[in-house]
Amino acid sequence: MNRTGRHAAEQKLSQSGFYADRVRVYPKAVSGIARDLKWAVLLFCLTVYYTLPWVRWPRGPGRPDQALLLDIANRRFYVFHMEFWPQDIYFLAGGLILGAVGLFLVTSLAGRIWCGYACPQTVWTDLFMWIERRIEGDRNERMRRDAGPLTFDRAWRKVAKHGAWLVVAFWTGGAWIMYFTDAPTVTVAFWTGKASMPVYGFTALFTGTTYLLAGWAREQVCTYMCPWPRFQAAMLDEQSLIVTYQGWRGEPRGHHRKDAAAAAKFGDCIDCRACVNVCPTGIDIRDGVQLECINCGLCIDACNEIMDRTGGKRWLITWDTLARQKAKAEGRFERFHLLRPRTVIYVSALVLAVAIMGVALATRPTQILSVQHDRAPLFVTLHDGSLRNAYTVKIANKTQRDSVFSLTIDGLEHASLALAEQPATGAELHLNVPADSIATFRVLAIGRPTHLKSGEEPIHFTLHNTTTGETTRTSSIFIGPGTPVR
Amino acid sequence: MPTKVEKDTFSGRDTTGHEWDGLKELNTPLPKWWLYVLAATVVWGVALLVLYPSIPYGPGHTNGLLGYSTRARVDADVKALIAQRAVFMDKIAALPVEKVKADPQLDAMALTAGRIAFANNCQPCHGAGGGGRPGYPNLASDVWRWGGTLAQIERTITHGVRSGDPDAHVSQMPRFGADAMLKPEQIQQVADYVWTLYGNQAASASVAAGKQVFADNCAVCHGDNAQGNHDVGTPPLRSRVHLFANTRDEIVAQINNPRMGVMPAWNKRLDPATIRSLAIYVHSLGGGE
Repeated sequence: MNRTGRHAAEQKLSQSGFYADRVRVYPKAVSGIARDLKWAVLLFCLTVYYTLPWVRWPRGPGRPDQALLLDIANRRFYVFHMEFWPQDIYFLAGGLILGAVGLFLVTSLAGRIWCGYACPQTVWTDLFMWIERRIEGDRNERMRRDAGPLTFDRAWRKVAKHGAWLVVAFWTGGAWIMYFTDAPTVTVAFWTGKASMPVYGFTALFTGTTYLLAGWAREQVCTYMCPWPRFQAAMLDEQSLIVTYQGWRGEPRGHHRKDAAAAAKFGDCIDCRACVNVCPTGIDIRDGVQLECINCGLCIDACNEIMDRTGGKRWLITWDTLARQKAKAEGRFERFHLLRPRTVIYVSALVLAVAIMGVALATRPTQILSVQHDRAPLFVTLHDGSLRNAYTVKIANKTQRDSVFSLTIDGLEHASLALAEQPATGAELHLNVPADSIATFRVLAIGRPTHLKSGEEPIHFTLHNTTTGETTRTSSIFIGPGTPVR
Repeated sequence: MPTKVEKDTFSGRDTTGHEWDGLKELNTPLPKWWLYVLAATVVWGVALLVLYPSIPYGPGHTNGLLGYSTRARVDADVKALIAQRAVFMDKIAALPVEKVKADPQLDAMALTAGRIAFANNCQPCHGAGGGGRPGYPNLASDVWRWGGTLAQIERTITHGVRSGDPDAHVSQMPRFGADAMLKPEQIQQVADYVWTLYGNQAASASVAAGKQVFADNCAVCHGDNAQGNHDVGTPPLRSRVHLFANTRDEIVAQINNPRMGVMPAWNKRLDPATIRSLAIYVHSLGGGE
């Protein structure tokens, strides 16, 4: 097993016992297809993140016009034309299931591309590294300066770098707040000192975590804090496309190639360590699949650059599957296997989840009826011998119009309904529920059931929105003394 | 440090030096910063220990430099809450009960305050939700002894029944049997009559005699039609809801030697706003007139 890349680090470990000093990673700038893709994803993600709260979406007077607003204080979640209530929490669960299964599928097909390209930790770390490179220079310059004495040159660059990081971190923390409250309003309030303490608190919190995680912690988050690298092995197999060093081509590595005879002893790898120098997690891809590798492919770009310059063959490091690599090493051909039990299951689960979510979203009711029987007293006998049961009825009107609901009861003999403190109105109640709200009513049902099996009988409430025509039914029980009422 | 660090021959890495039945563990060192985080939590813990009440000893505990106490905190919170509610409770205390009922905001406040006060003070006898139990009236039904209007309920709560309060409701049913005011057969006859008033059957001759006994002895308080009288606190005997039990034996027992309950005067224990809130809550239970 080849462990060139870790060699220095491991030397250090064995000296320091059970605790390892942090080995600083100075990733070198690189260009190529993976880097371009990474920039594109980064630009897209950051653009969406910073601008989405500012997108307007008119919803009519008195209602927020922010396209994406998670209004926790008022318990309403606005996502473009959709509005979610806390009662719709299962859509969040569904969304998380979609995200998880999607991640499983992508990982089993193409490895940890989430980690390498789209994870916020990667995106912001990349952004912070770009700033670092602008101010402190590339790998060699940074290493030289950090190893040297504290000169004015080094000091102002450090100050400028951390200042720039803090500005970006603050912008990030500030944008986070805007997803939960109206962006223009909170921006003005923030700068005029009129925003609430939670706004300042959370902005400070997310400024701090962004600065700490993207500026200081970086690859330590991926290696030590994040659970994903630990269980990704369950999704990866030998048919997953991963960033791979083609050892059968590269080995034995070496750079002493003075003449053709010497060169003939070596493989394609000239051991220039360019792949190690660009790695954002500081590993050597030539050691094979490893926990720390986030599959970003910057080593591929680095190797291709060197190969172009030295006239070698490109793609010594490439995206490939372990099975294909094994076959190639043995001189066989092996094709990609996209259809595997694992991917079929993930795709089926994904399709199923999308279908269920889609149907649930499309047929979402605009009203909810909840009927809860009083716990005490279970029933009340009136002077004429009729029985009264009380129910707490909650009606959610999710439409944008004030609505009149008719509430009727069936299954109870000689039934009449009444609101508390109001006279009975017969078998139907008319209830006003304002737009976009939940109203609670204490409904009294009075009846003279001739038989009450085991002291109770099932009854049904029907709620009809006279404005929209939508009807909802729910069942409850009517309780009595257990013997027939004379 | 471990005593016997060796290189693992397969992976080439150091072991921790620990061995369990021949199994050795590879050394995978934690990052130093992780250790520092642990140290920081220890410092945090010590700071909490010094600043807040923490170490118990014999009769007490260390108080901490901040002088924090959950009890003082609760006291302050309760005071703040009372001050916050005072805005409404003062209005409730100042207005007559019907006016409070008519104001939706005060009504909502009174219903909540009344519900809580009911659970704390009334529920032990009258039951949760005012459902009543033998000897303790059902407050949710439409049968009342001393009246079911807001003002009548408020008065009953304020001064009580046979409570010793000078304004308390007092009524006294004679001991028709025990004091030999009626003959035993008359008692049986009038019991038959009352028994039939709410849908039961009895011998018609006895019922007719009982009706006469009732008109001569009972109607003066219970009303000509046994409909009851709120002014003297007589229950409507015609209804199907009774204080003790719905049996004929109970009617006989009550005529012989009546039991009469006591309700405390709550003006000694509750403030007027709370009593008014209670009246509004009890009225809302379903039987309010």
